[in-house]
Amino acid sequence: MAFGTGASSARGGSPGFRFTLYAALSIIIMFLDQRGAWLEQVRYALNIAAYPIQLAVSSPSTAWRWMQESAATREALRAENERLTTRNRELELRSMRYEALAHENDELRGLKEALPPVAERWLVAEVVDIQLNNLRQRVLVNRGTRNGVFKGQAVLDDKGLLGQTTHVGPWSAEVILITDPEHAVPVQIERTGLRTIAVGTGDSVSLALPYLPANADVKTGDVLMTSGLGGVFPAGYPVGRVAEVHRDAVQPLAQVRAEPFASMNIDREVMLVWFREGHPAAPVSATADGEAKSGNARMQSQAVPPRPKPAATVPAPGQAAGAASPGDAATQPVKAPPPKPAKPPTPESKDDEEGPPTEEDVPAKPEPKSPTPQAVAPQTADLQAPAPQAHP
Amino acid sequence: MNAEPRGAMLLTALIALILTVLPLPTYLALVRPMFLVLTVLYWSIASPRAGGIALGFFSGLLLDVFQSPVLGEHALALSVITYVAVREHQKIRSKPAFQQSLIVFAVLVAYESILFAIDGWTHHPISSPLRWTHTVTGAIFWAPVAAVLNATNDRRR
Repeated sequence: MAFGTGASSARGGSPGFRFTLYAALSIIIMFLDQRGAWLEQVRYALNIAAYPIQLAVSSPSTAWRWMQESAATREALRAENERLTTRNRELELRSMRYEALAHENDELRGLKEALPPVAERWLVAEVVDIQLNNLRQRVLVNRGTRNGVFKGQAVLDDKGLLGQTTHVGPWSAEVILITDPEHAVPVQIERTGLRTIAVGTGDSVSLALPYLPANADVKTGDVLMTSGLGGVFPAGYPVGRVAEVHRDAVQPLAQVRAEPFASMNIDREVMLVWFREGHPAAPVSATADGEAKSGNARMQSQAVPPRPKPAATVPAPGQAAGAASPGDAATQPVKAPPPKPAKPPTPESKDDEEGPPTEEDVPAKPEPKSPTPQAVAPQTADLQAPAPQAHP
Repeated sequence: MNAEPRGAMLLTALIALILTVLPLPTYLALVRPMFLVLTVLYWSIASPRAGGIALGFFSGLLLDVFQSPVLGEHALALSVITYVAVREHQKIRSKPAFQQSLIVFAVLVAYESILFAIDGWTHHPISSPLRWTHTVTGAIFWAPVAAVLNATNDRRR
C-alpha cells in the first residue's frame, strides 16, 4: 500500500493510509493552533474561503431588511428622523454637561490625564446573520483586517461592553461575547471600586461573578464597569448590573449574577473601538511590556498624578495590581501627551461618581508638593494639599 | 460505479454547510442536525471512492472555521467517521433504513465524543448536555437526508 504520493494519494492508497494521513494532519493542525500564532495565516486563508458562504447565508435576511427599509413610508421615515433628532439633542445636552463635569472633576483631582473618554476612533460593524456554534456565544461581524481590525479588539454596543475579537479575517471578524463561558472580563463595582472578574455563563443575559467573598460589599443594582486591568478593555466602560446576590452561610464565596447592559441577541450593529495609545486609561497593547505592565494600566492612571516628581507616591500595601513601580511612575507622566479636552466624550463613563475607596482601592497618597512646572490650573495646587486622600 | 458523482457531492456538501450555519431561532438551532456531517456520511457510504476521507477532512476544516475554537477538531472527527463509513460501507448500505439510523446515531455519538474530548483537552469545554441533541436529531433526519441525496445520485448515474 501507500505508493500514492502527493496529489494522487487522495485517490490512490488504501483508506487506512489516507485516514492516517488526514488524522495526523488534523492533529498537527490542532497542535499548532493551540501552540501559538503559527496557524494564523492558514486561518486567514480559510476565512477568505468561508466568507462567500457566510455572505450567501446571511444574504436572505440582509435582503429582507433592505426591502423593509426601502419599503418604509415617508411618514415612518419622518417619524424616525424626528425621534433621532430628539435623541441626538438629548445626548448633546448630556454630553455638554458631562464635559463640564469631567472638566471640573479633573480640576479637582489635578489630573488631566485620567479623563475617561479615550476612544480615539470607532468603526461601526454589522453583525453577519449566521449561526456560529449554538453553545458558544460568538458572532461574526463584517469588518476585518482590511478595515484595521485586530485580534483582541474591544467591541461595544450603544449600551455597554459586548466582547472582543478573536479571529480576524480580511473582511470579517469573529467576536467572542462577554457572556461566552470562556470569556472573563476584569470589572470594578462602580459604587465601591471593588475589583473582580465577570465570567460568561453561556447564557446571553447573564454574567457570573464567582470570585467575590461572601462578605464582599456588593448588592443588587450595583453597576459593573471595566477596570482596565488585563489590558484588553479600556477602563470605565459599563458592563452590566448586579441582578442577584446569594450568600450561603457555608460557602466562602458569594454567588453573584449580573446582567450585561449590551443586548447580545438583538444587536445588528456593533462598534469596534481604537484607543489613544499612551493614555493611562487605555488598554496597554499586548506587545508593550508583557503582563507586568498590562496589569497596571488603570493603577498607573489612578495612583500617579501626571506631573513630575511622582516618585514621592507610596503605593498602599494592599494594592491589588501589584503597585506601579517607582520607575513606571516616573516615566509614565512624562511620555503621556499633554492633556486636551475630550473631543468625543463618552456619556457612559462616570469615573467621577466613584464611592469612597475601599481598602483594596486605596491609592497612593500624593504628598503635597510645590507647584509644578507643568501648568496645571492654579487653584488645583491649593486644593491638593488639604485633601490628600482624594481619589487622584 | 464508474462515473463518480463528484459534482453532485460537492454541491450537496455546500448546501449542507449552508443549512448547518443558517441562522435559526435558538430552540430550532439546538435541535438542528449537523447536515454537513450527514451528507459526508452519506457520500462515504453510497460512493466511497468519490470523496472518501478527503471530503471528510476538508468539510471538517470548513466547519472548524465556522464553529470551532480549535482548528482541526472537526477535521479529525470527520476523518475518523468517514474512515469508518468507507470501510464498512457495504455492510451499512445493505441494512434496512431503521438500522441505518441506529448506526448513524452511534457514529454521531462517536463524532461528538471526539469533539467533546478535544474541547476538554484544549480548554474550551462545553459541558452542556445540549451538545448531544444533534446526534438524536441527526439519526432521525438520516432517512430523509439519504432519500434526497439518493435522488441526486440516481439522476447522475
